[in-house]
Amino acid sequence: MSLPIRTLRRVLALPPSLRLRTYATSPPNARLNTETDYKTTPILHHTSSSALSNPELPASVRTSQTHRQNFFQAINSALHHALSSDDRVLLFGEDVAFGGVFRCSMNLATNFGSERVFNTPLSEQGIVGFAIGCAAQGMKPVAEIQFADYVYPAFDQLVNEAAKMRYRVGSTGMHAGGLVVRMPCGGVGHGALYHSQSPESLFSHVPGLRVVMPRSPAQAKGLLLAAIECKDPVVFMEPKALYRAAVEQVPVPAYTLPLSKAEVLKEGKDVTVVSYGTPLYTCSKAIRKAEEDFRISCELIDLRTIYPWDRSTILESVRKTGRAVVVHESMVNAGVGAEVAATIQEGCFLRLEAPVQRVAGWSTHMGLIFERFNIPDVARKERYSQW
Amino acid sequence: MFSRALRRSAALPVRRAPVAQPLARRAVTTDAASSHADKESVPTEDDKPFEVKLSDESFETYELDPPPYTLNTTKKELKQMYYDMVAVRRMEMAADRLYKEKKIRGFCHLSTGQEAVAVGIEHGISKEDHVITAYRCHGFALMRGGTVKSIIGELLGRREGIAFGKGGSMHMFATGFYGGNGIVGAQVPVGAGIAFANQYEGKDNVTLALYGDGASNQGQVFEAYNMAKLWKLPIIFGCENNKYGMGTAANRSSALTDYYKRGQYIPGLKINGMDVLAVKSAVEYGKRWCSEGKGPLVYEYVTYRYGGHSMSDPGTTYRTREEIQRMRSTNDPIAGLKQKLLDWGVTSEEELKAIDKEARSHVDAEVAEAEKMAPPEATPKILFEDIYVRGSEPDFLRGRIPEENFYYKESAVPKEGEKPAPART
Repeated sequence: MSLPIRTLRRVLALPPSLRLRTYATSPPNARLNTETDYKTTPILHHTSSSALSNPELPASVRTSQTHRQNFFQAINSALHHALSSDDRVLLFGEDVAFGGVFRCSMNLATNFGSERVFNTPLSEQGIVGFAIGCAAQGMKPVAEIQFADYVYPAFDQLVNEAAKMRYRVGSTGMHAGGLVVRMPCGGVGHGALYHSQSPESLFSHVPGLRVVMPRSPAQAKGLLLAAIECKDPVVFMEPKALYRAAVEQVPVPAYTLPLSKAEVLKEGKDVTVVSYGTPLYTCSKAIRKAEEDFRISCELIDLRTIYPWDRSTILESVRKTGRAVVVHESMVNAGVGAEVAATIQEGCFLRLEAPVQRVAGWSTHMGLIFERFNIPDVARKERYSQW
Repeated sequence: MFSRALRRSAALPVRRAPVAQPLARRAVTTDAASSHADKESVPTEDDKPFEVKLSDESFETYELDPPPYTLNTTKKELKQMYYDMVAVRRMEMAADRLYKEKKIRGFCHLSTGQEAVAVGIEHGISKEDHVITAYRCHGFALMRGGTVKSIIGELLGRREGIAFGKGGSMHMFATGFYGGNGIVGAQVPVGAGIAFANQYEGKDNVTLALYGDGASNQGQVFEAYNMAKLWKLPIIFGCENNKYGMGTAANRSSALTDYYKRGQYIPGLKINGMDVLAVKSAVEYGKRWCSEGKGPLVYEYVTYRYGGHSMSDPGTTYRTREEIQRMRSTNDPIAGLKQKLLDWGVTSEEELKAIDKEARSHVDAEVAEAEKMAPPEATPKILFEDIYVRGSEPDFLRGRIPEENFYYKESAVPKEGEKPAPART
């Protein structure tokens, strides 16, 4: 008994900078809530052959080369392809000409000129309104909102102008379909109130918009190019925690991946776990532990497009497994999980063995030091997968 | 300086007599018949140009040389302007009647009294130029190429309406016309984007983004100013100052009622918006300014609406009947132009009457046609089309009950034994 107290005293005697920092790392002796190892996670393609085996890739891409890229480099490649293949593609937002705060637009201003890649003033409502005007003229603007937390002033423009334009222009054929609004979203461990939010569910309430959130570099590249090609306005949310952390083999040529199509990442028999974005990594870990601890088999599905979303893939899976857990980072109240859970109970009620569970952020704000308590962790997910 | 201010304020008596709010200063004239042409200089031919002198009080400038006070026009054009203004007013009156007959429902904002702005702008630009405005848009929609039938049809919610009956009063589109926007001020940055796209594509045209004196206090208007000046966009921001944002007088809502100075770093021009000739001259000048690459302008069209803000507003609670009466009887844009056309010998009383009659009967005939249009079919197709680009819609959108779900891929009836789950999108 005396030994631990002595140890504690010794630790406390150290200057604060040398003391054990327990807030930014996993707790000592943690069995479940350990740091995500992005080098080994099955969510990412660690080899060229696995990256090219994706059946969604066009045949020509599947025989091509890959290179290791992190998430922001993949976004950069996609933007590069888009800018070089179509003069109508424009890229603008706060500080994008310098490369953007997350380096997504590195060198694009140099390569494509300040006419096409330029900084805007700090005026989100103005940026999105401006982008809608460009799109109404047939351009393909890719507007960047520096953080998803800043998109709220532009909410009106997205909901009232972008989403409704096609519906209300009569026979003129006008639309804002060329519009893509990119925004980094989600927690990164220390973003706090105004740099960690994930407002996807707000946009998923609006017909006319498409809301996409990729999980990995290769997905980001394909989905962003699909979003730019898509003739509907797209809100493209990039989990900022993955910008540097997620590194994988990404096919070198340009390619698109289907929008509004979920992807089964791991097949299983007993429970379907539905998620998107960053939580997929912790879901994957939780599934591995749950399969060891409870001897169950879990299916993991990435929603990818949050709206309009791929109901049939999810319903098909739950009809098979009979149980579902929906996981997301943003608040549980009126979140995407509510919509998915309601859909599952409507579509598979007689097949359900247990109530659909939602594992999501608590209904509170993202306090700086509490971020990792707020975001669903492996332990919470494992527990719910047991039900 | 500061200490003196302090001393002075300390010396002021504690209770001050209420100070009457000064009325908004509108120094340009609102006389619709203030321009002048020599009767001798008016040619006999219909399409031979001649010169009209605008009143010295037609404009006020801010960091800008005034536009020329002379305007080249033809008899034909003057008569067309007259015809257009009469048609716009006749159409608005028809909308008023149909609303009162409860055939038009919902929101309806009429521009009676403001015709010179829509008509003057259209005569100052070409079809390659772009216009975007707020909700008081019927006149602009007509001038940009919409038909009376399609506009009244829209108000009536008919399929043949200009927006398939889905938009109603505030939402009308035509070639080169981007609405018709129900959100006060939201159209202004969209206009900046339109201007940018045209500049980017090297097109020599101008975009006019219009808003009211009420909307001029929206933050995004200033965001758009900033971007437009920064990137020298070919855009003319235009505040249609009709003195009241709904029921709030301009001087009660705006710390600076000189809306043409509100661009601060953007040159501005205040225009007699009751004189269609002054509007045309100003817009032609702005178009030249923009095509010379000089960047944006902020215009203020001083005008007046005779009716209430919308159909539910009698328009007499926040202004006097005398004020309305005075504007109607002395500053009416149609009466003003009519008087000039007669004074200058551009046309005869009989010919004007014939033009009047032609405009009215054309509008009346189209309104009658619109009234005869059948209400749209109550099918889900009409409700759900055009939310997403055709062919790329989700599998279905949800109705009230599963049987009402709308399946895009023509399979309104699901295949046997394969009933899709009643889920939402």
